[in-house]
Amino acid sequence: MRFLKQLMPHIQRVNDRVGKPMAALIDGLNDRIGAAIRWLALLMVLVGAGTALLRYSARGLELSLNLTPPTEIQWYLFSVIFLLGAAYGLNHNAHVRVDVLYERLSKKKRAIIDLVGTIIFLVPFSLVMLYVSWPAVANSFSIREVSPDPGGLARWPIKMLILVSFVLLTLQALSHIVKQIDILGGEDDVSARPEGAAEPAPAPETSA
Amino acid sequence: MNLWAPGMFVLVLMMIFTGYPVAFALGGTALIVAGVASLFGAFDLILLFALPERTFGTMSNQVLLAVPFFIFMGTVLEKSKLAEQLLETIAILFGRFRGGLAIGVVFVGALMAAATGVVGASVTAMGLISLPVMLRNGYDEKLSLGVISASGTLGQIIPPSIVLIVLGDQMGVSVGDLFRAALIPGLLLTGAYATYIAILATVNKEVAPALPEEKRMRGGELAKRVLLSLLPPLSLIIVVLGSIFAGIATPTEAGALGAVGAMVLAALHGQLGYDALKAAMEETSRLTIMVVFLLIGSTVFALVFRGLDGDLWIEGTLTSIPGGALGFLIVVNIVVFLLGFFIDFFEIAFIIVPLIVPPAIILGVDLTWLGIVLAVNLQTSFLTPPFGFSLFYLRGVTPEGIPTTSIYRGVVPFIAIQVVVLVGLIWVAVPK
Repeated sequence: MRFLKQLMPHIQRVNDRVGKPMAALIDGLNDRIGAAIRWLALLMVLVGAGTALLRYSARGLELSLNLTPPTEIQWYLFSVIFLLGAAYGLNHNAHVRVDVLYERLSKKKRAIIDLVGTIIFLVPFSLVMLYVSWPAVANSFSIREVSPDPGGLARWPIKMLILVSFVLLTLQALSHIVKQIDILGGEDDVSARPEGAAEPAPAPETSA
Repeated sequence: MNLWAPGMFVLVLMMIFTGYPVAFALGGTALIVAGVASLFGAFDLILLFALPERTFGTMSNQVLLAVPFFIFMGTVLEKSKLAEQLLETIAILFGRFRGGLAIGVVFVGALMAAATGVVGASVTAMGLISLPVMLRNGYDEKLSLGVISASGTLGQIIPPSIVLIVLGDQMGVSVGDLFRAALIPGLLLTGAYATYIAILATVNKEVAPALPEEKRMRGGELAKRVLLSLLPPLSLIIVVLGSIFAGIATPTEAGALGAVGAMVLAALHGQLGYDALKAAMEETSRLTIMVVFLLIGSTVFALVFRGLDGDLWIEGTLTSIPGGALGFLIVVNIVVFLLGFFIDFFEIAFIIVPLIVPPAIILGVDLTWLGIVLAVNLQTSFLTPPFGFSLFYLRGVTPEGIPTTSIYRGVVPFIAIQVVVLVGLIWVAVPK
């Protein structure tokens, strides 16, 4: 512990000089992606409703329409939202936590949990997902995989996004680490929310 | 005896409780356990190469696609203030009767539930809008608080509840069947809440007085308000549910059409501004990201857990409970109820539910009813002090002067109603 304390100022200095500019870049990238994928949610709803309407009218008019492309576009959009949005979600605390204990901790204790958790859970998780997905995605790309259904879309680009997703998540994890170190080096705040005090309405992500 | 699986289960629970995002705590812990177990020859790391195929399965899952659609529909109704107007109209419509305001909250809870299916949203909205109205009109504090927390949880069970969609996906049951089966207990609970309030208001004339004459609205004006703010969302919900029940639309299609319908309604009311739309898009993407990554984390957990024969351990334990199917249902219900205090519905659906499905099949428990039992159970859990989620949300929007114990006391009668219905459902679910 004492050793860590002595080391801390050095870590802080590196963190300030190298870490923070890097984190700013990563946050900027993922926030831009986050702002863009919002619109995909609207697009997904419109495509979904349009496909459903087309299917009914085709049935009513006894036309035969191939609805495979719009059906696949729906879940492609769905996939793009969460694959590309995962890192943005990390930056904006969208991933649900079990916060019975966490919310009672001081800012620094929370930072320790986030720092350690990111290093031992998130980074290995993302890297392992990258490692095990690589062969499957590379194979899909090499054969230029296409949907098995007639008129279906190319499969390899959406599978490739799995890799992009975990690269972005790994980058955002690094930015997260920088921020937690910064909190740990900052002013102590002893006063977490006092016990039993009315808390602000919790964020919607803990809802059921 | 193989201790890897039980050990992993306990470790995962502990790691979740650190407060680190569940998706990554789950996935990360599972991978650490997999690594250590492989050193002892208890786990084959080659199994992890099944993960991309699982991830891809989640991406192309048509059932899960319904979740963002219904969230979009709900948030549009909420952010465009349509839900708020609905609440106000019902208050005016029902307020003239003793207990009417509270019964109105129950009905709006059921309706908004159908529209949003998210506990937080309904409780927060009703706490902000209805609570002041009820208190100002001399309603008993405990009754008002209890009604709001309880009605807010109706969204767990009344279709098109997101809870039921996810349960259907995880249990391999048709979502349409779950919706249909949930309608009876959902309406039963709504009716039981309303009956309780009506009886209470008749017996004790102080707790829920009728609105004074001057606050009521005249016929014509009232009819206009009802027509404008009650009928549109109500018909939207009826069309969405009706098309699913009639077998015309899949839940996913109905969700997409419902979301567009909600936008049309909001636009007709002149309430579909950029802000409301942006909020709906933001909320939909946030929740989609959250839910799917939780599912991916849970998939990693499930894969490793199975690799360590954890599924066999759970199956063996749950099928050897004395009392067979009844014993199984009782144990599962107690565990889920207690877990519901701390972990959210999605975690339970993704981590616990896949583990209890195989033993349920072996014991001959009907999966559709098991799903309904779990939904009502969680709903009760979210309502039970001191940890219920609904109570936290309501606490967040009640004035400082109201003690938390008032909320706790207020929900007790509603918990009693829940328990009666839950016991009845368990009885139905036991194979005869």
